[in-house]
Amino acid sequence: MINLYEVTETNKMIEKENLDVRTITLGISLLDCIDSDLEKLNRKIYEKIYGAAKDLVKTGEEISREFGIPIVNKRISVTPIALVGGAACKSVEDFASVAKTLDQVALEVGVNFIGGYSALVSKGMTPADELLIRSIPLALSATERVCSSVNLGSTKTGINMDAVKLMGEIIQSTAEYTKEADSLGCAKLVVFCNAPDDNPFMAGAFHGVTEADKVINVGVSGPGVVKTALEKVRGENFEVLCETIKRTAFKVTRVGQLVAKEASKMLKVPFGIVDLSLAPTPAIGDSVADILCEMGLEYAGAPGTTAALALLNDQVKKGGVMASSYVGGLSGAFIPVSEDQGMIDAVRAGALTLEKLEAMTCVCSVGLDMIAIPGDTKATTISGIIADEMAIGMVNQKTTAVRVIPVIGKGVGETVEFGGLLGYAPIMPVNRFSCDAFVNRGGRIPAPIHSFKN
Amino acid sequence: MKRTIITVVGKDTVGIIARVCTYLAENGINILDISQTIVQGYFNMMMIVDTKGCGKPFGDMADEMAALGEEIGVVIKCQKEEIFDKMHRI
Repeated sequence: MINLYEVTETNKMIEKENLDVRTITLGISLLDCIDSDLEKLNRKIYEKIYGAAKDLVKTGEEISREFGIPIVNKRISVTPIALVGGAACKSVEDFASVAKTLDQVALEVGVNFIGGYSALVSKGMTPADELLIRSIPLALSATERVCSSVNLGSTKTGINMDAVKLMGEIIQSTAEYTKEADSLGCAKLVVFCNAPDDNPFMAGAFHGVTEADKVINVGVSGPGVVKTALEKVRGENFEVLCETIKRTAFKVTRVGQLVAKEASKMLKVPFGIVDLSLAPTPAIGDSVADILCEMGLEYAGAPGTTAALALLNDQVKKGGVMASSYVGGLSGAFIPVSEDQGMIDAVRAGALTLEKLEAMTCVCSVGLDMIAIPGDTKATTISGIIADEMAIGMVNQKTTAVRVIPVIGKGVGETVEFGGLLGYAPIMPVNRFSCDAFVNRGGRIPAPIHSFKN
Repeated sequence: MKRTIITVVGKDTVGIIARVCTYLAENGINILDISQTIVQGYFNMMMIVDTKGCGKPFGDMADEMAALGEEIGVVIKCQKEEIFDKMHRI
């Protein structure tokens, strides 16, 4: 039988160490909404999402009350809109009208983000894919809750460099379209290599075409819990360190599994996966960088950071995988800059640079995330940063991503405030040398040799 | 059986257990186990109860218990047992 010590430990994690379920994300397929008439398409999309998600927020709150665990976000992901809107949308305005429908239904069911304003172009772009991509600046400036993602490469297909070049321009343009709000649009736009079909986390969540009609995916968190556990093993060797992380990750993930199963039962929607993640927030004590410091680094970014992060990422997976029947999504430690107080401190102290972050993305769960850069950064430079990150993902058979925010009108040393979970960030310097001729070549980079496994 | 864990934490005072148990009895909630300690003047109690006989929705019961806690000057939380079971048992 459960004892007082165990109950106290769990409640201390929740109350003092920010243990929470970061998101319950309801994936909804919109493939059956496809129509060549734009008005009908928008109506069908609205009705399908509203019907599927009207009880999502209420259910989340009920589960949260029953178990006494905060469920921070309830969200929706949908089939990539480039696929759904291809038959009806003949202009960027047409696609943006679909974004507005998504925004409206998200508002009405009470979710804070809806993901899936996406295109999957890892090998090539259809006219609809390209039109959707070109509509992103308009769509993100005209909506509040819509998140957009584009998959630009994969280990199996190589990297679509035409799309990489285009996305550099689109990120710049989105920054320009939303410059009144410190280029906030770019915080809702991410590009991927090896994007997973079942990721519950924004901005990159979409409901892949390999998925069922509806599915519940849950993302857990708990960097504060890991940090507190590590405080008790200061000075111990790596074996003890790793075992402690594994045990903690197991406990955290079990809560996610419980919540996922319960939400699946209450909403009568199949359970998909638990995403085993350490996702920081700007709250004090909810930081991945602080875990790295607890391991023995003065700041995140100091020599040893990549090794510490590799160890952390691996132990989180090892501990978490046994705690859930299905794992997926991005799974690992996130290293967003603006959403992690420890990362912000490291940048301010001069310990963490864009180049070090790039090295860290080789071993973390995703990629360059929520990094504010000067507003006058050239589009080709952004494309170069994206290409580097895509190459890391392609060669290492992992998901990588780029979510950078060129803040129009601001430069290195200034700070940008996004608010809420998106946090704030000091603007980081970008390497000033040109990659124009490389990015402008056009075409695609072939898949690496180790992708040929058939 | 629907097992719920009730935790009561706060400054020790006269009649905490009596007040909590009265509420439980009035609502048809059966106590299965109680552990309680006092650490540096702080009252710390955990009860395992069966809420099968309680006609109220879980949320209402939790809210009423929390309100009772405020009256006494302690924090009372109700949580379904599964969260502890899943976290601490393989």
